[in-house]
Amino acid sequence: MKPAISIPTPFGPWRLSPVPLLVPALMVVALVLVGSPSTWVTLTLAGLAMGMMIFIMASGLTLVFGLMDVLNFGHGAFISLGAFIGVTIMTALSPWMDSLSLAANLGAIGLGALVAMVVAGGFGYLFERTIIRPVYGDHLKQILITMGGMIVVEQVIYVFWGPDAIPIPRPDSLKGAFAFGDVVLEKYRVLAVVVGLVIFAAMSLTLKRTKIGLLVRAGVENGEMVETLGYRIGALFIAVFVVGSALAGLGGVMWGLYQEVITAPMGMSVMILIFIVVIIGGLGSVEGCFLGALLVGLMNNYAAYLAPKVALGSSILLMVAILMWRPEGLLPAAKGR
Amino acid sequence: MMFQRLLSGDTPRSRVLTGLIVGIVLALAFAPFLFPGTRSLDTAARICIFIVLVASYDLLLGYTGIVSFAHTMFFGLGAYGVAIALSNLGGGWGAVLLGTVGGVTLAVGLALVIALFSLRVRAIFFAMVTLAVASAFAILVSQLFHITGGEDGLSYQVPYELSPAFKLVKGKILDVRLDGRLVSYYLMFLSAAGLFLLLLRVVNSPFGRVLQAIRENGFRAEAIGYTTVHYRAIATCLSAGVAALAGVLMALWLRYTGPETTLSLDIMVDILLMVVIGGMGTLYGSILGATLFILAQNYLKEVMDLIAQATVGLPVIPDLFAPERWLLWLGVLFILSVYFFPTGVVGRLRGSPR
Repeated sequence: MKPAISIPTPFGPWRLSPVPLLVPALMVVALVLVGSPSTWVTLTLAGLAMGMMIFIMASGLTLVFGLMDVLNFGHGAFISLGAFIGVTIMTALSPWMDSLSLAANLGAIGLGALVAMVVAGGFGYLFERTIIRPVYGDHLKQILITMGGMIVVEQVIYVFWGPDAIPIPRPDSLKGAFAFGDVVLEKYRVLAVVVGLVIFAAMSLTLKRTKIGLLVRAGVENGEMVETLGYRIGALFIAVFVVGSALAGLGGVMWGLYQEVITAPMGMSVMILIFIVVIIGGLGSVEGCFLGALLVGLMNNYAAYLAPKVALGSSILLMVAILMWRPEGLLPAAKGR
Repeated sequence: MMFQRLLSGDTPRSRVLTGLIVGIVLALAFAPFLFPGTRSLDTAARICIFIVLVASYDLLLGYTGIVSFAHTMFFGLGAYGVAIALSNLGGGWGAVLLGTVGGVTLAVGLALVIALFSLRVRAIFFAMVTLAVASAFAILVSQLFHITGGEDGLSYQVPYELSPAFKLVKGKILDVRLDGRLVSYYLMFLSAAGLFLLLLRVVNSPFGRVLQAIRENGFRAEAIGYTTVHYRAIATCLSAGVAALAGVLMALWLRYTGPETTLSLDIMVDILLMVVIGGMGTLYGSILGATLFILAQNYLKEVMDLIAQATVGLPVIPDLFAPERWLLWLGVLFILSVYFFPTGVVGRLRGSPR
């Protein structure tokens, strides 16, 4: 339980807690275990890139839960849909993708991502109105219905794009790596980290410095009170849902380019990591989600190097450990229950 | 009155429903004689096993109101327990017993750990945690291929009495050979019936009533003085144990155990559909749900194939109705049934005047 009085400062009260130090702590432990600094830098970059992408996909889910107590198991559908739309656009722009100039490549990817976000956001709106709206306040039905929605979307993707995995090679300018002596930094991962940081910064600023952000945070804290004060939390919620879906679509495009292949069930398989992240972070908390995503991304890459067989198991162990320490997650923000 | 006791006083309470259930049970009881042929016997055995699996899932979903995505993991633990024991120790009853005890113990233990972890904090964590753990388990099974056979799975000998070579009596009854396959089928049928009645006993006990109270209003149940975490955890363990036993039956029937038949997410989705279509919160729903679903699985595909062929040439429509896309229509059916018939077939039938 939260203390009755907590005074939110512009930076949030969590700055004082040891929680944010977990990420550097994990990095230091990994440095000792991995041994070679150049390998460690590569792994850390890979982990951060993966974490950023998971954060982009997970942030919408956690806010949606925090605001309206809606648990959307169909979130993965937006990820898959975004990836397929994005790839379709990029294939259509293949001259830009094939050209050697970085600007053309980024233009094609950017346009693909933009269309993917618009489509995923629009689809999110429809999904919320038709699938989720009738089951507000009933977790059991929410889980069942959104799971059903997920299955249907996955099958519809099969109908339109066929059952085979679609390979999506990265354009030339994003292949390969920057090398500084021993240290190898893969270009695409650097891009993913940059995009992730920009989105996190934009989201933090929106949440902390704007009226809408204030309302969203207040809604997570106590939705009824916000409504009592005359704000339409339902409309706010839809806006958050649409933005969250759009971000999931963006994350899908990025994840697809990262794996260099897209399949209809990819959303579902990423959802497993996303759930772990959201639980670790504390349902409803964006900062917690960010930290959780970085922890899971780093943990996955370090584990894949140190003990390849337990990569996914390591995230679950991490989740168990964190729940033992903080049963509500790292930085719980949602209502008591 | 003995019948009442056998059903733990929980009768179907609707004439049509009673008729349907008696019909299904009789059909299953005499399936080898009514529907001769390997394929129909296989379908009947599958229905028996899935009735148990779905009923055990309903104990969680319908009676306690907990959503779990790890039910196939427990199912798989039972199946792999027997499969590993039989393939390493040879096809004896000792191996079956050892595998069953091992698999069920592991399933119950794992269920307890997951339950204490996630239910203690928040009941809705459970759905997410089970999804994560179950997928990690599926990956683990495919990686430990020297024990589990990986993606190929394990084929093994079952005890001689269950193999087709075994002859119970020389000769035939109604043109059906009394061989090990028949013995095997009746082992499935009787075990399924026994487990089903056991579950019926559980949900109609005082313990079962507490579970229903928790489903309706957990906070209130806690306030009355029931430690809801304990009840939820026990229900999870019980359901996991019965699912593992269903897995044992599956392993004995198929003489093969692999990720596709026990662990895949598709089976989890199938179970969800069966529970919802049959009716959440009534064990009789599992009988109807499993039977309808498994029959539909064969039937629907053929209908869709017909539609697809009739519409060849039109855009998109043939693809929508291709037999491989049957999950699409089941998904739509699933969403519609959660909206409009949350109580499933059983609830509909009970709602009508008796």
